Amino acid sequence: MTIFFAVLFSVSTLVLVAGLGLKIAQYARTPAPLKIPTTPAPLTRPGVALRLGREALLFESLFRGNKPLWLFAMIFHLGLAVVLIRHARYFEAHVGPLVALVQPLAMPAGLAMVAGLALLLARRFLIERVRYVTGPSDLLMLALLLAIGVSGLAMKGMVHTDIVAVKAFFTGLMGFELRPLPADPLLGLHLLLVCGLMIVFPFSKLLHAPGLFFSPTRNQTDTPREMRHLAPWAAKLEEKG
Amino acid sequence: MAAAPFDIPALGDPAEHPVPALKPAAMAESKPYLAAAAHQEPLGFPGELEEGWEKHAIALMGDKLSKFRSLQVFMDICVKCGACTDKCHYFLGTGDPKNMPVARADLFRSVYRRYFTTAGKLTPGLVGARDMTRDVLDEWYNYFHQCSQCRRCSVFCPYGIDTAEISMAARDIMDSIGQGQKYCNEIIGKVHKIGNNLGLPAPALLDTLEGLEEDILDETGVPVKLPIDVAGAEVLLVTPSADFFAEPHVLGLIGYAKVFHAAGVSWTLSTKASEAGNFGMFIGNYEQMQKISMRIREAAQELGVKRIIFGECGHAWRVAYSFLNTLAGPWDFLDPRYPVPQHILEFTSDLIRRKGIKLDKSGNEGMVLTVHDSCNVARGARMGDRPGGQFTIPREVIIASVPKFVDMHPDTICDKTYCCGGGGGLLTDELIELRVKGASPRMEALKDVVDKQGVTHMAAMCAICKAQFTKILPYYDFDREMVVSVHQLVSNAILLGDND
Repeated sequence: MTIFFAVLFSVSTLVLVAGLGLKIAQYARTPAPLKIPTTPAPLTRPGVALRLGREALLFESLFRGNKPLWLFAMIFHLGLAVVLIRHARYFEAHVGPLVALVQPLAMPAGLAMVAGLALLLARRFLIERVRYVTGPSDLLMLALLLAIGVSGLAMKGMVHTDIVAVKAFFTGLMGFELRPLPADPLLGLHLLLVCGLMIVFPFSKLLHAPGLFFSPTRNQTDTPREMRHLAPWAAKLEEKG
Repeated sequence: MAAAPFDIPALGDPAEHPVPALKPAAMAESKPYLAAAAHQEPLGFPGELEEGWEKHAIALMGDKLSKFRSLQVFMDICVKCGACTDKCHYFLGTGDPKNMPVARADLFRSVYRRYFTTAGKLTPGLVGARDMTRDVLDEWYNYFHQCSQCRRCSVFCPYGIDTAEISMAARDIMDSIGQGQKYCNEIIGKVHKIGNNLGLPAPALLDTLEGLEEDILDETGVPVKLPIDVAGAEVLLVTPSADFFAEPHVLGLIGYAKVFHAAGVSWTLSTKASEAGNFGMFIGNYEQMQKISMRIREAAQELGVKRIIFGECGHAWRVAYSFLNTLAGPWDFLDPRYPVPQHILEFTSDLIRRKGIKLDKSGNEGMVLTVHDSCNVARGARMGDRPGGQFTIPREVIIASVPKFVDMHPDTICDKTYCCGGGGGLLTDELIELRVKGASPRMEALKDVVDKQGVTHMAAMCAICKAQFTKILPYYDFDREMVVSVHQLVSNAILLGDND
């Protein structure tokens, strides 16, 4: 089990980092030939940073569009954020201040994450319009996240695993040193699902996380009259006349 | 009104945001006339679908993905959250689920996934990936011509996914494989051949302008001019060709002329650039959009003007404000003290503020106004030097011209405004059912202020909105003359002859 997960985690990390890196490079490389911010839009770069910050942290547009969905999405993402920060303790030798700060929130955050996911899943069945646009991959993604959350909560609350050994395994792995991983089935399931998530990330709609920052309707300044905006391929077109 | 051969949507209370139940395939048969070879070939598009078009379409899709970041990013990042599903006026008016923005985009995305993503190549069923087939093409043709590119969906999308970008890409691919739309391509042909969308030749245009000058003289006793091709004028006015004869458009044109007259600013129209509209945007073709824009640059250079001002037109203003500098700039030969281009409403509102023109509201006695924010002005452009000027400036001008002004429901104005139902290259008779149904959210909000606040007229600042509303208002038991040009109101209120 130890060797299996050591290999799997190494591969998953590689796929996640390389896959995301390639996608981000593709987004950054592809030109945006026209100014298309959804107006009213900020006139300055700091204004754009603020707009993107509000979108990323407060889901501003979603709030304007759909309040219940905004609430469910907030519950899930905030829960996930806390859970992710807390999991840093398994990867660092000395627990940092931020991790220590959120430690007491571990259980409520885990529950919020799972509850948020359950609500998001339920609306995919209950709202006719959302049911229509939901595909098998949308349900599988929610199921995967739910399974990760539930298996994690189960280890935290009921079937404890040896987290000291888990931490030793991961800190060891990061120094290319093999240390034994506890052979608990629940832990195995949890880690297997997490690896699955890491692998599908760069190939799935989870790309919405980096993609938001490349969305031209949100990341452009509203300055077309002040500054001439010209993509390289459009400039070539001009030369040809 | 004679009975229409289709149901007119019932109008509810805009505050309750009524959303219809899904009516699958309700609009599956709605499509515009196909372009004939005679409309396709002058634009450099094949006259008809050719052998191997499927492969060609995929190659074109790849090319678009590498040239437009918007398309590449929007294809990947949709999470199908459904925030857009109740935002499109065509969905609200028809109930057809493929008119929900995410479902419309998925018609394109499903093909993208099949040919350009690992998941779609390995497990097409799981991620809804489809081969490019005749059925898929027909579905594209019908439903990408049920999107007016109004961008309302992009306001509410948590990632700003703009279906307009996707429908533009789809239309450009279809044009390039020989499946073009007659209405847009025929019009673009006329712009290149004659100079404007309506195909008004120069002599007819001169006649029309002379007639208008006589009308103004008869009515006001003031010799207001509508000059054309006058070299050395200060301002080149570029306006939609509908302004030359359609109602209420032409009343707006008379308004611009009176404003220039009262302000004492020399101006001219141009036979070469006798059209502000740029249907190159509707068909998503950068080269066409650029070619059409270059006419304006050439006219400005030939006439030696110092400024360019655009008349009231929604998509024209988006292309002008957002794209003109890119497509036909730089504008270093014009007077650097003014933005290039300017909107006529920027010009007029500035004069009102500086008391450069005088308005008498009694010229619009008895009228209670509301305003329809044009989608392309509201979400694709700006006026003035502050974000949101595209909302405040038209209102300032209207309020200065009329005795009473009322806004419609807040969820239907400013950047949440609805499309009139005829934008994006859909203002053609064979799509009348779509246009009538797509106008229902706007009609609902209008009825609300008519019933509760006594609104008598709705001002519009776009040639397409004006034409669309004039046509569809009667279907909802409103008078077709309820829609007025913003500068028509200015025209009624402006005091001529004592501007010293």
